[in-house]
Amino acid sequence: MIARLLLGLAVLFLLAFLISPDSFAGLFQPLTKNNAPAIYTQTSLLSLTLSHLGLVALAVAASTLVAVALGVLVTRPAGREFLPLARTVTSVGQTFPPVAVLALAVPMMGFGAGPTLVALFLYGLLPIFENTLTGLTNQRPEVTEAARAMGMTPRQRLWQVELPLAMPLILAGVRLSAVISLATATIGSTVAAKTLGEVIIAGLLSSNTAFVVQGGLVVGLLAILIYEGFQALEGRLSRRIGLAQG
Amino acid sequence: MTDMPIPSARPASRPLSRPGLLFALIGVAGLALPLVQFKANRIVLGEGVLLGAAIGPLGWGAMALLALALIAGISGRLPMTLRLALGAGGVVAVLLALGAAARFLTPEGNTMARVAPAAGFWLLLLAFALMATDALSRLRLTLARRWLLLAAAIVVIGGVLWSGWLDGVSVMREYEARKDLFWREAGRHLVLAFGSLGGALLVGLPIGTGIYLLPRLRRAVLGVLNILQTIPSLALFGIMIPIFGWIAANLPGAAELGIAGIGIFPALVALFLYSLLPVVSNTLVGLRGVPAAARDAAYGLGMTEGQVLRGVLFPLALPVILTAVRIVLVQNIGLAVIAGLIGGGGFGTFVFQGLNQTAMDLVLLGALPTIALALVAGIALDLLVETLEPARTERTDA
Repeated sequence: MIARLLLGLAVLFLLAFLISPDSFAGLFQPLTKNNAPAIYTQTSLLSLTLSHLGLVALAVAASTLVAVALGVLVTRPAGREFLPLARTVTSVGQTFPPVAVLALAVPMMGFGAGPTLVALFLYGLLPIFENTLTGLTNQRPEVTEAARAMGMTPRQRLWQVELPLAMPLILAGVRLSAVISLATATIGSTVAAKTLGEVIIAGLLSSNTAFVVQGGLVVGLLAILIYEGFQALEGRLSRRIGLAQG
Repeated sequence: MTDMPIPSARPASRPLSRPGLLFALIGVAGLALPLVQFKANRIVLGEGVLLGAAIGPLGWGAMALLALALIAGISGRLPMTLRLALGAGGVVAVLLALGAAARFLTPEGNTMARVAPAAGFWLLLLAFALMATDALSRLRLTLARRWLLLAAAIVVIGGVLWSGWLDGVSVMREYEARKDLFWREAGRHLVLAFGSLGGALLVGLPIGTGIYLLPRLRRAVLGVLNILQTIPSLALFGIMIPIFGWIAANLPGAAELGIAGIGIFPALVALFLYSLLPVVSNTLVGLRGVPAAARDAAYGLGMTEGQVLRGVLFPLALPVILTAVRIVLVQNIGLAVIAGLIGGGGFGTFVFQGLNQTAMDLVLLGALPTIALALVAGIALDLLVETLEPARTERTDA
């Protein structure tokens, strides 16, 4: 349980740092040159973190809704015709670099949070959609047969059998999306979105390593926490539906 | 990917192809929206021009032709090969129309005016590209044919660009203005993507083999690499600058070796660090996935540990390791864009310059080649992995 202890410490450190960054100034002072400020004060780190997380949460929630709905659609009889196309588009789509997607969204959306949100949404669709497809199509035939034999309607089968069984994989897709979005949102600052990337970019522009490190540290810690949180949730769900792997 | 039986016989007999209907809807929306934007100079907002009005007297005819191709795609009885030809032909036709529009709309001798692709162009391109992709994913061509198609696509699109037909289009005007710089940054981008991949293979393969042989170390090594992966790329690139600046200044001989805090070096190392996890973990997974029977048989033949690794384990793990190469290469081609932000060069230079000047044509000049590079690398390596996995593909094709 050392891992859990470390995670707890990470949460405490992150909260303390965000609530009172100035108390950690001594920690970052060695990274600055010529008496430059050690802590970014242009905008409060807490508000940047919240708007960063808000942007990611909004984008990932939207991509989850759309991706799962599309995944269900192409695995129903009415949408089967789209399945080969959907598979190819997701695998090809994931080769699109997130930064390029972000840059291409600017001409359509202008600067600010808009293009970042669109890029995060579009890019987040793919892992969730891919995992939803895998989850819905790779189910053991005995289970679906049993559900059919019990006289369940297609709608009942979807809600009570297929989706719950696919849920751990869907969640894994959401986790992947969230972690990618968290990192990509940093780059959103280059198009004037309010995210923690602002701190890093300020550090790059004024060659103040302390800013770069504190921006990176907060995003990195958030990524680890989100990753671990989702993984714990997936594990719990897997155990509940009897798919536990160790 | 093909673990699901795909009902290929049934839809062919349906009178209506639903995917075809979707493509037609996207395409018709594309026809109804302006094909290009005409701008008085490179910064101002322009006005949209429909395809019909953009290429002179032939415009409305071209529009009708494209609409016809889209409508033909709705028929469920259209053979897949014809559908593929329609899609591919449509993509080329839309590209040619863009070039024609630029030629027709730009006044003679005017170097300020810009003709930029607009929503209509992108939607039409999307509709026909989807039509071709859909046909391709149903046709189940042999590997050799798919390699040939990839080569043909590169040659045709390269040919259109080379011919100069698109020279009037805004992106190509930006290219014309900085031709030498473009190719230098393209070279840089490739050095960044392939150099970091090479480094990751040189270091990651031994590490992966090491933790395969010494299971005790697995958790620690993979844990460290996982944490590296969570550092946002922007921050990792930024942290490398002072670190290498310090090394170059304080370590004798480092500066002579080309180590410096500015330029390509910090970006190269940051990409290298990101590439380690996929290489190490896939090497481990690949080696562990080798059937015990094969390994034991090799030992039974009296092969030494080294011979088993080289002669049996590595060849059998190769497809999985190549999958890591695909992941790393595609990821690095994309991430290398960020090097442009820290003066590391590559196509990112144009992307961020363009964003700073709000010159979207310049952004496109950086973003489009990056996407093309990532697509080609991804598709080519997918094909390569399949080529090296003959046993599996034969089974799924049966």
